[in-house]
Amino acid sequence: MTPKIAIRDVNKQFGQGAQAVQALQHASLDVADNEFITFVGASGCGKSTLLRIIGGLETQSSGQVLLDGAPVTGPGADRAMVFQHYSLYPWLTVLDNIKFSRQLAVNQKDRTSVDVERASGRADALLSLMGLTAAAHKYPAQLSGGMQQRVAIARALMSKPRVLLMDEPFGALDAQTREVMHDLICHVRRLEQVTIVFVTHDVEEAIYLGDRVVLMAPRPGRIDTIYPVPLPAARDQDMKLAPAFTGLKREILNRIRDTAGMKTDLEQLQKLSGLAALHA
Amino acid sequence: MSAPEMIAPAHVAPPRRSVWAIRGELSTRAYLAIALAGLLLPLLLWWALSASQWVSPVFLPGPYTVLQRLVQWWSEDNLGGDMAISGYRVIAGWALSVVVALPLGLLIGTFRPVQALLEPLTDFIRYMPAVAFVPLVMLWVGIDEGAKVAVIFIGTFFQMVLMVAEDVRRVPAMQIEAAQTMGATRGEIIKLVIVPSARPALLDTLRITMGWAWTYLVVAELVAANSGVGFAILKAQRFLQTDKIFAGILLIGAMGLVIDQLFRLLHRKAFPWLARH
Ligand SMILES: Nc1ncnc2c1ncn2[C@@H]1O[C@H](COP(=O)(O)OP(=O)(O)OP(=O)(O)O)[C@@H](O)[C@H]1O
Ligand SMILES: [Mg+2]
Repeated sequence: MTPKIAIRDVNKQFGQGAQAVQALQHASLDVADNEFITFVGASGCGKSTLLRIIGGLETQSSGQVLLDGAPVTGPGADRAMVFQHYSLYPWLTVLDNIKFSRQLAVNQKDRTSVDVERASGRADALLSLMGLTAAAHKYPAQLSGGMQQRVAIARALMSKPRVLLMDEPFGALDAQTREVMHDLICHVRRLEQVTIVFVTHDVEEAIYLGDRVVLMAPRPGRIDTIYPVPLPAARDQDMKLAPAFTGLKREILNRIRDTAGMKTDLEQLQKLSGLAALHA
Repeated sequence: MSAPEMIAPAHVAPPRRSVWAIRGELSTRAYLAIALAGLLLPLLLWWALSASQWVSPVFLPGPYTVLQRLVQWWSEDNLGGDMAISGYRVIAGWALSVVVALPLGLLIGTFRPVQALLEPLTDFIRYMPAVAFVPLVMLWVGIDEGAKVAVIFIGTFFQMVLMVAEDVRRVPAMQIEAAQTMGATRGEIIKLVIVPSARPALLDTLRITMGWAWTYLVVAELVAANSGVGFAILKAQRFLQTDKIFAGILLIGAMGLVIDQLFRLLHRKAFPWLARH
């Protein structure tokens, strides 16, 4: 079976000469259809870069990304993206934001009245799924951060993308709101046929949501370890206390610490405090 | 155990932020009162200075003299006609700038090759003094209405293009990228994301450049005019009618202020979705 997304030896370099940054080196990964895959790793290890390359918003320096076996050459409606913030259209109401993609030419080929009806039904269904029915005619500026992200997710789901790319979508939310969003996204997953690639800083979030957790390491940015999550497909909050969960969390956290170069930072710190002691 | 104490006494005024807090709040009434004081204070100073006879009225006519002159101008010298023709010249020159600058600025702010081709050139031209173009304009366009409109166009257009391009570039990249991942084409992104997103900033640009257009009025009416507020100022200068010069300058300021306020009103009405207001 061909994987939904195949990442084949992708390299990405920003800048030239002395300023060159190797953002991705030899990244290879297969993502299965309907899989939920999460990426964690220290800041600057290339998570966003890889996600943007899959989305076609950035071009790789070498290597290939295949979607259902066909190379990705640019952004497209089959790969919707949800950003951390600032991506909603502030001049449109919640409902019009969600329906934004309906007015695009890609969604208007061979449209019948049945399609139109089905689409407006889908917009309403997404509104209620996301708990946004009461806010349908409000503007984004009138919503809390959590509600804004729900609008962004609904908007991305509207045109039934095969892949949903999410870059720290809950990074700006508080812990309680985030838990609500986690259960919501699990629910979405049960209802929609969609492959999700999800980038986060939060290891617990990565384990709770993911079928597999991909750990990336910085300098140069690369895929370090892939952890299958040993939990049943249907998740609930209590699982966060299960030994399988906490054990995996500890393992991943330790590995991040090992790969992030924190040790050299600590040495630096010790040198600095040693200097301070000399002056005292 | 004793009952928990009441912490908040019944009548304590709610805490208020100082009006001097950074980006603090001010009630509408207080704002209007201070704004009025800001306008009246110079008027008072002016009146005191001229009433003291410290400066000769030839150099500094008093407010009352200026007001008298305005009334006389209105009743005997067709002030209404001067205002109308000047308003027409300013708005026509500015509107011509708008019609060309909006699409051009949109292209410069959206497509890098267009930016490379036009932005350095525009930057260069905008430093050339519009006043110095007057003799050339007379040579090229002639000395009729078109010439006056042309001077105002030259005075506003080049700045306007650059401001429009900047407004367009300020549209958040995420708004554009979100549309791209929903399958929007380039044309759709311009029409459905960039233009609507930039609209509030564009309206501000139109308002600010309208202000500049007024400041070029006197220059425009240097060109063989025989009517208009700017022309009246120039003529009064020849006859040392300082009270009329004052009247003309204040009038231009007042007309500009009125139009500016109309733009602000439109801004509030047109963009109810903006977070501030
Ligand atoms: N447009 C760019 N130009 C130059 N360098 C870039 C650009 N985008 C990213 N980089 C560099 O590439 C590396 C990877 O960046 P990326 O944003 O993918 O990291 P990340 O893992 O998403 O980090 P974070 O967790 O902080 O979001 C970083 O060193 C970054 O500075
Ligand atoms: Mg990132």
